[in-house]
Amino acid sequence: MRGKLYQHYLFWPLVVLGTLLLFNLIYSPDFFSIVVRQGNLYGSLIDILNFGAPLILVSIGMTLVIATGGIDLSVGSIVAISGAMACLSISKGTDQNSLLLVLGAVGASIVLSIILGVWNGVLVTVTRIQPIIATLILMVAGRGIAQLITSGQIITVSNSNYEYIGAGSLAALPFSIFIVAAVLLIASLLTRRTALGLFIESVGSNSNASRLAGLRSKTVILTVYIFCGLCAGIAGLILSSNVSSADGNNAGLWYELDAILAVVIGGTSLNGGRFYLMGTVVGALIIQTLTTTIYMIGVPPEITLVVKAFVVLAVCLIQSESFRKTLMTRWKKRNYPAEQEVTRHA
Amino acid sequence: MLNRKFVPILVTFGLLAAMFAAGSFRYTGFFSAQVLYNLLIDNSFLIITAVGMTFVIISGGIDLSVGSVIALTTMLSASLVEQQGWSPGVVIPLVLIIGALFGTVMGAIIHYFKIQPFIVTLAGMFLARGICYIISINTITVTNSFFTKVAQTKISLPGGSFISINVIIALAVVLAAIFLAHYTRFGRNVYAIGGSEQSALLMGLPVARTKILVYTFSGFCSALAGVVFTFYMLSGYGLHAMGLELDTIAAVVIGGTLLTGGVGYVAGTFIGVLIQGVIQTIISFEGTLSSWWTKIVIGLLLFVFILFQRLLSDRRVTLKS
Repeated sequence: MRGKLYQHYLFWPLVVLGTLLLFNLIYSPDFFSIVVRQGNLYGSLIDILNFGAPLILVSIGMTLVIATGGIDLSVGSIVAISGAMACLSISKGTDQNSLLLVLGAVGASIVLSIILGVWNGVLVTVTRIQPIIATLILMVAGRGIAQLITSGQIITVSNSNYEYIGAGSLAALPFSIFIVAAVLLIASLLTRRTALGLFIESVGSNSNASRLAGLRSKTVILTVYIFCGLCAGIAGLILSSNVSSADGNNAGLWYELDAILAVVIGGTSLNGGRFYLMGTVVGALIIQTLTTTIYMIGVPPEITLVVKAFVVLAVCLIQSESFRKTLMTRWKKRNYPAEQEVTRHA
Repeated sequence: MLNRKFVPILVTFGLLAAMFAAGSFRYTGFFSAQVLYNLLIDNSFLIITAVGMTFVIISGGIDLSVGSVIALTTMLSASLVEQQGWSPGVVIPLVLIIGALFGTVMGAIIHYFKIQPFIVTLAGMFLARGICYIISINTITVTNSFFTKVAQTKISLPGGSFISINVIIALAVVLAAIFLAHYTRFGRNVYAIGGSEQSALLMGLPVARTKILVYTFSGFCSALAGVVFTFYMLSGYGLHAMGLELDTIAAVVIGGTLLTGGVGYVAGTFIGVLIQGVIQTIISFEGTLSSWWTKIVIGLLLFVFILFQRLLSDRRVTLKS
């Protein structure tokens, strides 16, 4: 099996992540240093995990949706709506610091994001609209809804309980990391220790055949869209609580694209049928590390977009079978021209 | 009697007329030729982009890079004209060629490597925006005499109203596109590929050439829209036309083009853009409604139209079988 190491699905994503980290180490040796301040750990690596938490969450949900052969463009809008809803509920409360108020606000946001997930799922399953288009509706309207909730303003709240979700720490680590770990654990247990994962992959390869084999394809698809909405909702809570405010216009902007990118880098094919949760997590970490690196070496952060463009293209080209075939035939022609000749005449 | 394939376009036109009528009854000063012409003046770049997008969607693809290509065009023209001192006569053809080439490369990657158009044009979108920021992260104001002259020229029409040169360009593009779609081989090929790429290939149609040309055309239209946008805003900025790809797709869908490909009309797209314009005009006339209602209403309209198309195409399937 040792020779097959490079065929493991995590191999290439980890190589990219490792290269990025190595580059950082060479560029600035104290990149890896983690210091303890007031009982909490601080350092670039902790920052990457902390700021990457919402993206990882959204990407986990997106992975399952893409595994069924769909796509969810509305996650960025759900992130904005969820944050806006929570901040609005808290700002309406009488006792700003009561725990009950925060629980109510978080509950309201989560219920709302589940409803939005149901909306997407119903459009895809019941009315059988293409997923790109079905979720495009919420992507466009959702930004408007988020601005409607915040009345176009940035709502700021000062509630230490709410801040804890995105900025608090537990056992010297940011609390958001634990939320992500919990969601990841639940998702991987549900998909890899029960038959659900198999159902999702089966629906993704051929939803019609799965239905004929006795699977409730529609229920499976509906479930993944609800789960994706839920993940985006939690990500919205983390994001808005980290800055103690909700911005309907800019919160979660471009999250759908980053999440899709993370999923694709992680080795999950956009055609559906296979998914790798750990690959997605590594993919999201790569994106976050890339952003951090670009900030650190002092390149204008806008260049991130150009780098991202080339990463997307490179990853997709590697995944594309016809591209690999083109490369392989070139390679073979060079090495075994005779064999090429035989196959041509066969 | 009435050909059923024109039903979506008639519904769209009816909606536009109804909305315009509702606006005219509700607000004084709404029912005037100038309000109608302003729709064209303020949306000319959207019309041009949407025409290119219509071809892409009819061929069964999608192009997410249009907004970024517009931004890149404004940025390139502004920086070349203002900072490098090039003549507009050189710059405008140059940016049009760059836009078309951008589309060609994306089309070639989509076709030859069989990667989903969604992802390839997404990469194109990142790339074009990124290049804008590499040129400059600030706004570049255009003060060149040719650009300002074109921007300020008003073409008077009978009745005291006027249109801008941008409107003429947009209308010319629409007419050319209608000709291209319905009276040329290229147009028929686009419809055939959208209907079924496999069948088109078996029929011996030039699938590769047509698909790449469709993205080239879309890139060209975006670049032209970018030039028009530069006339309209008189500046180049990396944040110009943010999110325009969504408005464009929405306009094409509201115009009755099927997102699965093979069905659609350039004229429908034209009306779709005007509907979005009327929504914005009504919201500005209302005064108390905030801008985010535009997004919500467009989202709702998208929903209604997609459902409507779904019903139509379902009925077609049952009729066949």
